[in-house]
Amino acid sequence: MTTTHSKLYADDVSLVVVVVDTNPFFWAGAALPFADFFSHLIHFVNSLLLLNHLNHVVVIAAGVSSCAYVFDSSNAGASGAADVAATLDKASRKVEEFIKQDARETAGNGTVAAGGAASLFSGALSIALCYIQRIFRSGTRHPQPRILCLQGSPDGPEQYVAVMNSIFSAQRSMIPIDSCIVGTQDSAFLQQASYITGGVYMKPQELSGLFQYLAAVFASDLHSRAFLRLPKTLGVDFRASCFCHKKTIDMGYVCSVCLSIFCKYHKKCSTCGSEFIRVMPDLNSMPDQRQ
Amino acid sequence: MGTMTIGAKYKTTVRDPGTIGILRMSEDKLTFTPNDPRSLMKLNVDFRTIKGHKFNKVDGSKPTPPLLNLSKDSDKGGGYMFEFDNVGSRDSCRDFVARVLGKHQGIVPPRPNAPPEKSVASTGPDQLSSAEMERRMKLLREDSELQKLHKKFVLGNILQESEFWATRKNLLDDEASKASKQKPGFKSAMLADVRPSADGQTNKVTFSLTTEIIHQIFAEKPAVHRAFLDYVPKKLSEKDFWTKYCRAEYLLRTKNTLAAKAEAAEDEELAMFLKNDDILAKEAKIKIKRVDPTLDMEADAGDDYIHLADHGILRDGSRETVDADSELARRTLSQDLNRHAAVVLEGRSTDVESTDTKTVAEALARSKKEPPSSSISEDTSHERSLKVARMTEIEDLQAPRSLPYAPLCIKDPREYFDSQQANALRPLGGSNDGRKARNCTLSTDDAFRHLMDQMSLIKDNKLNIPVLQSDVALKVLNELNEGISRSRRLNLKNPQDSLLGHLPHRTRDELMDHWTAIQELLRHFWSSYPITTTVLYNKVQRVKDAMTQIYQKLQDIKESAQPDVRHEISQLVKPMTQALDAAFSHDLEQQQKSSKVGSRPNGF
Repeated sequence: MTTTHSKLYADDVSLVVVVVDTNPFFWAGAALPFADFFSHLIHFVNSLLLLNHLNHVVVIAAGVSSCAYVFDSSNAGASGAADVAATLDKASRKVEEFIKQDARETAGNGTVAAGGAASLFSGALSIALCYIQRIFRSGTRHPQPRILCLQGSPDGPEQYVAVMNSIFSAQRSMIPIDSCIVGTQDSAFLQQASYITGGVYMKPQELSGLFQYLAAVFASDLHSRAFLRLPKTLGVDFRASCFCHKKTIDMGYVCSVCLSIFCKYHKKCSTCGSEFIRVMPDLNSMPDQRQ
Repeated sequence: MGTMTIGAKYKTTVRDPGTIGILRMSEDKLTFTPNDPRSLMKLNVDFRTIKGHKFNKVDGSKPTPPLLNLSKDSDKGGGYMFEFDNVGSRDSCRDFVARVLGKHQGIVPPRPNAPPEKSVASTGPDQLSSAEMERRMKLLREDSELQKLHKKFVLGNILQESEFWATRKNLLDDEASKASKQKPGFKSAMLADVRPSADGQTNKVTFSLTTEIIHQIFAEKPAVHRAFLDYVPKKLSEKDFWTKYCRAEYLLRTKNTLAAKAEAAEDEELAMFLKNDDILAKEAKIKIKRVDPTLDMEADAGDDYIHLADHGILRDGSRETVDADSELARRTLSQDLNRHAAVVLEGRSTDVESTDTKTVAEALARSKKEPPSSSISEDTSHERSLKVARMTEIEDLQAPRSLPYAPLCIKDPREYFDSQQANALRPLGGSNDGRKARNCTLSTDDAFRHLMDQMSLIKDNKLNIPVLQSDVALKVLNELNEGISRSRRLNLKNPQDSLLGHLPHRTRDELMDHWTAIQELLRHFWSSYPITTTVLYNKVQRVKDAMTQIYQKLQDIKESAQPDVRHEISQLVKPMTQALDAAFSHDLEQQQKSSKVGSRPNGF
């Protein structure tokens, strides 16, 4: 059975890009130890591969200073079979390498304050989207892509513009972004990402049953989702970060030309350079509630 | 501002049948000249003595004539009443009067404290055309939310009508561009259709001329137009003029060249019509200059079979051949056709819809501009192509002239409240199961070391199998089910509102009303800064008062709420009060700033 998209293999073949938060500051204080989280993740990746032999899973780690691919099922060896032990072996080795590298880069990068850094989700999302675009453009047939974000650390407001750009580019390529929050705080970024791209946003209560959540909610392919009743978000936090200080604000000034958001009144828009001339400065920068 | 001349009836009372005449209005006075020179109903009134004007409503239901009443003194009720033939001319007249009065009363310092009149129109610069009024009414009818705001603020004297609409110009413009602006042009039927009708018994031949036809004659035959302006009514009466014209037409038509010559010799005026139109000839000469010089018209003349016997165009059942000798007969059908086509394409530039030929003639004279000086510059052709493009534009096929704009699309404000729900519910139900993050005070190195330890743990332990206990799995499934069925229940009950749905209907509607009201007020508040005029200052004061009232009402709602929904309400009210607070603090800041400068409040 072929869908309207002739390049698709079938409607139930998926390409899942999993973005994993490896923020050491978060995991050091998390209720669920990283080791347990990792085994849940490996089982989930394996389940996806078992669901369809054409399924394709990529895991991207988002650290404090860098992001990298840590697993790609397409080069999982000649056998191609989903072997839990092999997956674990490969992934854990790569993750270890990544953490070491991230530690080195963080140490060299003095700006990361201890305990208060956010993970580089903007970078990880960009890598994921690039990977999906590469799959789109290579070969004759490709699976249906989606992105799953497993986030624990709080949002980094300084990444607001980059994250929003990734979200809109995902929306344009019709790639849903699913989000599963393993931390304590809701993520406004991921709420908006899932809302805009039509993905599922979830913040599980019972973290020791993470695999159950992942298998029940995020394992189904996009075609099957049409027939399933998946959890719905009750509300979305649409607050934005100001472009000047990267603070999350719910009231601020908006540039009348490029819609950049500022927490204070500026004479000139730092994004597009429009000058708010003295004649009607307040008209141009009317406080606006982000809807 | 110019002048305005229009045919009207002057009436002393409503019952009075009225005196037919011509109403002329200039910027400072109006005169009325009766058509009957014996009539005593002549008027010459200075506009400064006119204090106001009223007009009656005309709809199809009653056969009332359109009236315009210019009142001398609103207290005493003296004035002048004019009756018009149609609503269009009355309205244009009324608009003119409104403009003149607005100008005068703007200058005259002791503005009479006229009591608010109950008439539909008000004097002053706010004068609106009825079309504008209608558009606004239509918008209000179609949008109940807008209507509510309008009622609250405009009728509540917080905003002025013009202020209210100034922010909604685009709505009005959209509405306006929908309305067709196409004016009726000339008929494409030729004037040849002014057929003489013979009654068959007498030798009389009857031509029937209507204003429409006369207008067209003026447009197509400038010489006749000029003659009319010159001769009527000084030398000839209008009737005589047209009789002569028709006689000339008749002579031309019957090709009775000899008779025509004879008559022309006797009657100077008649000869006028029989001659070739010299204005047209002059125009033709100018036009020929603009013709592509590579075109050799003389060489092509040989192809013109019209000049040969037994050739020509079939017209009125007889072949029209050209008698090359006669000067009169050179007016060929093709010339007429060309002229007619030119006039139709040119279109009707005046809106004057009058039955009075004199008015038509004068209006046409005004609209006709002097032809551009005959000096032919380099870019004539460019000019011409521009002109052609302009003249042949079909307005209702063009995109609206206004600058393209993309309206800022703000979604239904209700969604904003829904989005607040997560925030509202979190402190209530969203327990974190002791997942409070331990305050992480680890250094960067320690944090990474911890993570590495975790990784080595994974390597040592391999995977914990089974990955999760069955009771945990059951718990998760139950939780998911419950959540889904709860959201489903909510959605089934009330698909669009969730947080708002908890509140009693009355409170919810009240809150939504306040929210839209606050948005409208804030828009006006922020757009009046910086305050440069007294008008803006007063506006800000009014808006501020209204905001204070709403603020108070919000507090009341919060306090009077049932305890079980009080939390939700305060969550909802918070953004509203925040927005208001921002406005108030801005106002305070400005006041302090200006008092520091030491000038009068807000620097004027």
